[in-house]
Amino acid sequence: MPPATRSSRTGSQTHPGRLLLIMALITAALAAWAFWPGQDNVVRLGLDLRGGTQVILQPKAVQEGASITDDQLAQTVAIIRQRVDGVGVAEAEVTVQGSGDGAAIVVSVPDVSQERLVELVGRTALLDFRPVWTIEGPAPATLDDTAAPAPAPSTDDTATTAQIVQAADNTPEFQAEVAALDCLNPVNQSGGSPDDPELWLGTCDTNGAAKYSLQPAFIQGTNVTDAVAQLPQQGVGGWVVSLTFDSEGARSLAEASQELYSLPDCTPGGASPCNAFAIVLDGVVVSAPRFNEPIIGGQAQIEGDFTAQEAQDLANVLSYGALPVNLEVVEVTSVSPTVGSDQLRAGLIAGAVGAALIVLFLLLYYRVLGIVAVASLVVAGGLAYFSFIALGKTVGFTLTLAGVAGAIVSIGITADSFIIYYERIRDSLREGKSMRQSAEIGWTATRRTILAADFVTLLAAIVLYIVSVGNVRGFAFTLGLITLIDLLVAFLFTYPLTVLVCRSSWMQRTSWLTGLRRTDRSGARKDGEVLDDEPTKAGVES
Amino acid sequence: MSRSSSLGDRLYRGETGIDFVGRRRTWFIISGVLVLISLAALGFRGLNLGIEFQGGAVFSVPNATCSIESARDVASQATGAEAIVTETGAGIVRVQTPPVEPAQSQEITRLLADACGVPAGDITVQVVGPTWGAEITSKGIQALLVFLVLVTLFLAIYFEWRFAVAALIALAHDIILTVGIYAVTGLQVTPATLIGFLTILGYSLYDTVVVFDKVKEDTKGITAQSVMTYGEAANRAVNQVLVRSINTTITSLLPVLAIIVVGAGLLGAGTLLDLAVALAVGMFVGVYSSLFIATPVAVMLKTRQPDIKALDKRVMARRGGSGRRAAESQEAAAAAVGLVEVPSEGGGASAASTGERQQPKRQPRSKRGKK
Repeated sequence: MPPATRSSRTGSQTHPGRLLLIMALITAALAAWAFWPGQDNVVRLGLDLRGGTQVILQPKAVQEGASITDDQLAQTVAIIRQRVDGVGVAEAEVTVQGSGDGAAIVVSVPDVSQERLVELVGRTALLDFRPVWTIEGPAPATLDDTAAPAPAPSTDDTATTAQIVQAADNTPEFQAEVAALDCLNPVNQSGGSPDDPELWLGTCDTNGAAKYSLQPAFIQGTNVTDAVAQLPQQGVGGWVVSLTFDSEGARSLAEASQELYSLPDCTPGGASPCNAFAIVLDGVVVSAPRFNEPIIGGQAQIEGDFTAQEAQDLANVLSYGALPVNLEVVEVTSVSPTVGSDQLRAGLIAGAVGAALIVLFLLLYYRVLGIVAVASLVVAGGLAYFSFIALGKTVGFTLTLAGVAGAIVSIGITADSFIIYYERIRDSLREGKSMRQSAEIGWTATRRTILAADFVTLLAAIVLYIVSVGNVRGFAFTLGLITLIDLLVAFLFTYPLTVLVCRSSWMQRTSWLTGLRRTDRSGARKDGEVLDDEPTKAGVES
Repeated sequence: MSRSSSLGDRLYRGETGIDFVGRRRTWFIISGVLVLISLAALGFRGLNLGIEFQGGAVFSVPNATCSIESARDVASQATGAEAIVTETGAGIVRVQTPPVEPAQSQEITRLLADACGVPAGDITVQVVGPTWGAEITSKGIQALLVFLVLVTLFLAIYFEWRFAVAALIALAHDIILTVGIYAVTGLQVTPATLIGFLTILGYSLYDTVVVFDKVKEDTKGITAQSVMTYGEAANRAVNQVLVRSINTTITSLLPVLAIIVVGAGLLGAGTLLDLAVALAVGMFVGVYSSLFIATPVAVMLKTRQPDIKALDKRVMARRGGSGRRAAESQEAAAAAVGLVEVPSEGGGASAASTGERQQPKRQPRSKRGKK
């Protein structure tokens, strides 16, 4: 067997070193991504592994028979996230799973009591109507002159909660704080800090166009009995939102409108007080219409350049408080941190035991090639670990118990790739091919089988992921991820390494080491030889 | 001719093996009976569904010092309905009640914590609304249907429709048997079981694809010869992947069994255990069906195809001829076993094949090597 003659099939297959290099690069890139300094470089654990509370909410359309739009879902999630973040919870997770009527909203938080979380996410946001005192530009006042040592806005520095300013009276301090408020900061436009209706309020509007100083509320959201978006009867102008108030609301509205409508219009830097009232939701101004006339009957119309969508959104806000959909709490799970870490430990132990048994089996059965297989499993494990971290940082992947189970299960599926390959090599040896040839011939058949079989698994994972909710989804994601890793490892690591091992002359002599015992029908004399009907294999490697 | 005889070698040469195709009637009867038992169990006993499917609350109290009775009293009093209390492994008392309001569940948690002498924070609580289960179930079924349609399409394109049909029959067999095992044993069905169940479908199909792939490869260009019937070639292919199927089942089951042992020992009932049990059950069933059901069914469908029919007729005719060598008529006997549905162990196992007669099968292999 002259070393110059190598069974080569196609160009790409003759360069195992190149494939291994690609694999090394991919692994290195993934590792770098995972361990890039500056972020927490650990696998994010789901709440069943670290303890915490999870609430699954099912959105129900407010009107009977209506469907839930993705916009509504997104708005609901945004509001819930604001609220959860508002209580200072780190690493809260709010996700929509599924879409439309089948959607579910999953809220997971560590370290918040079940009661508090349910209260927090299920609550209707505070809605109130306040007379406008002043409107200013959105930017914070510049600290140029003596304007008092601009008191730092009182809220914390995490910048996840909207800042609002509240005071019992329209004091200079209050005015200074309002002036310092930065309404260009998107966080401050998103609400989430419910205001006390009895106090003065300085806050932003939802699109960051202006900053408001508002008097105490004259109507609360609970006084609104109905709000609908409609086109005016006369067909003049665009969409309007029609409001109906209860008797208390109607009385307050009548008083306020009589007082306000004679005032000058509100303009930035203009008169104060002025003719407008702000609709404040969860602490931010969603709309600030002015009164065209005193409104006596408890029926009001808000006009503006609304699109149908905007009018509908405003009507939703007014009718249901914050949430555009009704939320039903369908599942509450709380896991204590102790139980969480127990579960994690059990999962890890099971994984380690399972992996150890597989390693033992592979080594006993395939010997030297078993080492290649075990190395492949280690590489696959490393890739999975890096991916968990990297995906945790980018798409918020969290590893749950079901995910751990998925990973453990996929050890078997990953090992199957090697088994198929090695059994194919063995088949090829039985037909009298050399070790070296068999590594290539076996791979051609294996490649197809692995692709087809992994495709089916991937399909299952994707379908599961799209359709399912909660735990099942975590499992599907892990399964799909590991199937992809399996493909990568089989093509770029196991195959080239096996070819290299099978090429080594040492391996040719001591073939029992492979665990692929060959029948003596296939003598060593065939080594390096090529069959007549396989001319393509007679390539001479450069 | 050498007889270096590892089992794998002999399986490969077709000297030994299980007559998957020829004795299909036996396998079908076995599976048929099991399917009937499963369906009957499902009809009469039904499934033991977890709270996730019917709504309810579960409180798991670790290291509980209270008795099962006292825990039951506490929960029953608070909810006004009978609570189911069990003690699972690792000293965890599990209290299951009908659906409760979140506030009420908080109250029950507190009461249980008092009664059992553990901090309220240590109690794991799960509350599921009554309609949510229907939602999960319908999603599961939806996932199943979508998956089946896609997989059928894939198999029909990758193999052919006959193989797709055979794979689906094997899959249906797996589903029914697995559900049957749950009905018979009364094991609780939870979302984790459902996960395991769906994984099994993928796994079972994965296994079937691997076996079919080998059958497809070995029967490529089979109509060009007249030594071997389709059924024989397919049977040999299945026997050739037998070692792989066994090894794969071992490597897949090892971690799953590890979960079962570790999970049961450390955690008691829970997601891990439910999942692992479903997987273990399904893996056995899946491997069985891909060998004993999928391939025989595929062969049955294939032999109705005109060119395969012609091939089998040709092979039989040739074997029917008198002046053949002994070895070949011996193989013919094996072939007869494969084709006519008369179960007979001896023929297939004793038929010795020489290098020459492997030729028809080897031909496609080497041709395959060229592409």
